[in-house]
Amino acid sequence: MSQTTTLWIVIIAMAIGSFGLRFLFLGLVGDRALPPWVLRHLRYTAVAILPALVAPLVVWPQATDGTPEPARMAAAVVTLAVGIWTRNVLLAITCGAITLYAGLFAFG
Amino acid sequence: MTTDFDRSSYWRGVRDGLPFVLVVGPFALLFGVVATEAGLSLFETMTFAITVVAGAAQFTALQLMSENAPTFVVIASALAVNLRLAMYSASLTPHLGALPLWRRALAAYFLVDQNYALASARFDRQPDMTTGQKFAYFMGAVTPVAPNWYLWTLIGAWIGKSIPPELALDFAVPITFLAMLGPMLRTGAHVAAALVAVACALIFAFVPYNLGLILAGIAGMMTGARVELWMEKQGVS
Repeated sequence: MSQTTTLWIVIIAMAIGSFGLRFLFLGLVGDRALPPWVLRHLRYTAVAILPALVAPLVVWPQATDGTPEPARMAAAVVTLAVGIWTRNVLLAITCGAITLYAGLFAFG
Repeated sequence: MTTDFDRSSYWRGVRDGLPFVLVVGPFALLFGVVATEAGLSLFETMTFAITVVAGAAQFTALQLMSENAPTFVVIASALAVNLRLAMYSASLTPHLGALPLWRRALAAYFLVDQNYALASARFDRQPDMTTGQKFAYFMGAVTPVAPNWYLWTLIGAWIGKSIPPELALDFAVPITFLAMLGPMLRTGAHVAAALVAVACALIFAFVPYNLGLILAGIAGMMTGARVELWMEKQGVS
């Protein structure tokens, strides 16, 4: 299977899947309530998947072939801390980027 | 007619949605850049952004495809990030469920974090709004957001190729996700879910086909749900 085929499978599956998730209740389920245990698990999907995806990239970055690297590590800590502190996503990205470039300049 | 289009509600939504342009613009720009860097064509990048309309899931898919993860894992992980949309859909159903099917389908396509947050807050404050007013407000709130999502993705895809490797864009996705994660950690249950997910992701990093990510996600969700139940029993909120 070529790269392009794979990409289009992903795009089409995600287009259908994302619309499906948005339409699921509004369009199909109507006013029926979900069992509480399902909702309880759904509440934690994003807070579980996002950090699980990021953690290996922070500890073993691809750009350094998996060697832990201080600039990226520091940028990750600063971004998360600013995000928790200020609840401002853009400010956290900005502070993280500044830390990354300062770190790459200092250590690189 | 409760489903008539209500102009003043629509424009109030537009006004409330305007500040989000500042958030959506840079985020879309970054997606356009990262997608082109990952080798997607302009057409592929734009189709992706216009049909999926969910930044975090789009970034997840890009990241995993660049790691050559199996297609199944790419789709499952990215859709897992989007499961919150099903929750939004469920919580808006009591407000918009009475609309004709085509309007519900339209609302579903345009359901994003920003207009969900605005609409659910507004509907709670003003329970006497009619279904038509609610729909108009909801669509108004997404009016400044969606076109900027498309436009800035396009600009990002155009300039993407001219960005030098010294800019360390490999780390754009981790920083974006960590920034989004901060404000989501509202309770002890959220923090516990995230910590367990991180620990499992590192422990299971050796598992082939990136399945460690799925395992870590499930472990994190189960932890969050457990801790929430436990906190309810203890009477902590």
